[in-house]
Amino acid sequence: MTTILLAIVIGGAFGFVLDRIGATNPNVIIGMLRLGNLHLMKTILLAIGVSSLLMFAGLLAGVVDPGHLSVKSAYFGVFLGGILLGLGFAAAGYCPGTGLAAAATGRKDALAFVLGGLLGAAAYMASYAWVETTGVLDSILGGKTTLGAVAGTDYPALFPGLSGEVLGIAVGVALIIVAFLLPDSLRPGEGIAATHKGHHAHS
Amino acid sequence: MILPWRLGGLALGLVFLAAVVLVKPIGVSTQFVIFDGILWDAINPAVVVESVESKSGYASSNAYLDKSGGSYAKNVANPLNYGFVFVVAMILGAAVSALLRGGVPKAERSMPPVWRANFGDSPGKRYLVAFVSGFLVLYGARLAGGCTSGHMMSGMMQTAVSGYIFAAGAFLAGIPLALYLFRKEA
Repeated sequence: MTTILLAIVIGGAFGFVLDRIGATNPNVIIGMLRLGNLHLMKTILLAIGVSSLLMFAGLLAGVVDPGHLSVKSAYFGVFLGGILLGLGFAAAGYCPGTGLAAAATGRKDALAFVLGGLLGAAAYMASYAWVETTGVLDSILGGKTTLGAVAGTDYPALFPGLSGEVLGIAVGVALIIVAFLLPDSLRPGEGIAATHKGHHAHS
Repeated sequence: MILPWRLGGLALGLVFLAAVVLVKPIGVSTQFVIFDGILWDAINPAVVVESVESKSGYASSNAYLDKSGGSYAKNVANPLNYGFVFVVAMILGAAVSALLRGGVPKAERSMPPVWRANFGDSPGKRYLVAFVSGFLVLYGARLAGGCTSGHMMSGMMQTAVSGYIFAAGAFLAGIPLALYLFRKEA
């Protein structure tokens, strides 16, 4: 029962925040992918950096249970699947989580996306046995691999000699720095700053 | 209306941290499969059955639902599980946020301005592309074993090599296509 309560609280907070950072708005997602407005990219990089930094610091301090980590396996299909997802992500401006959240905010194109998604997931269920025979699901780089070795887990490390926690903190800090250095836009005259200058100076 | 990136990034980061500290890393795309499974099992109850031989206690005639000791089959049979309730709560959380900020402007409910500027006003065209995109995105996410949440955010948070591979694939395809499709800003 506690886990269901946590699912409601954490899931609810996730959906709320996704909407507030603009991730439920396909204009914002497409603006990011066409490099005209990198505001969401800065937000996401900061989020990954902050959570990574604090999680690995918590692991070092012994306040985060390493058993809660869940590292997914690496295989060629991860790259292929990433490409398929990237194509739909760009054309629609939605990914699975933000598509569902956007449909809930009243966007009808998001509802079409979700229905297509349910069909796509069903198609994968139907083709899974065949996909498995092609070998694209076979593990590469050790499978459920992390950059460094994380104490209390048996995930293989890409760099076994290095502390996974220290490396995780370093990567987290690096992502935060990139978030700060990244410009608002890589296209002249576009991005949030340009939009604000054009319409209303302060908001 | 959109949070400044420093505040929004911090808030999103704390949600991801809370998830891994209290339960496990966030993921979404698996629940499309679980929902499909629930619908399928409602039409044909033979799809998911109890099984003493299976590690989870459930088995399926579908190889995908049956994999990993029938763990997906178990979640289809018991929708009141963490992952499924999480996604239902996420949907509600987004709806509450949208209500509090006054909802999506009517003109934007069928398509975003950047679509309209490049492809015109037809909602049918937009819905068709959104539907096909949804198909590609979820087929891809299931092939990859996770989506933007599970692989890119949760994966990169944990320095998972699979997360970097996924992000590389998604942006290598997504950025060029977005640059090609959407020449005009809005």
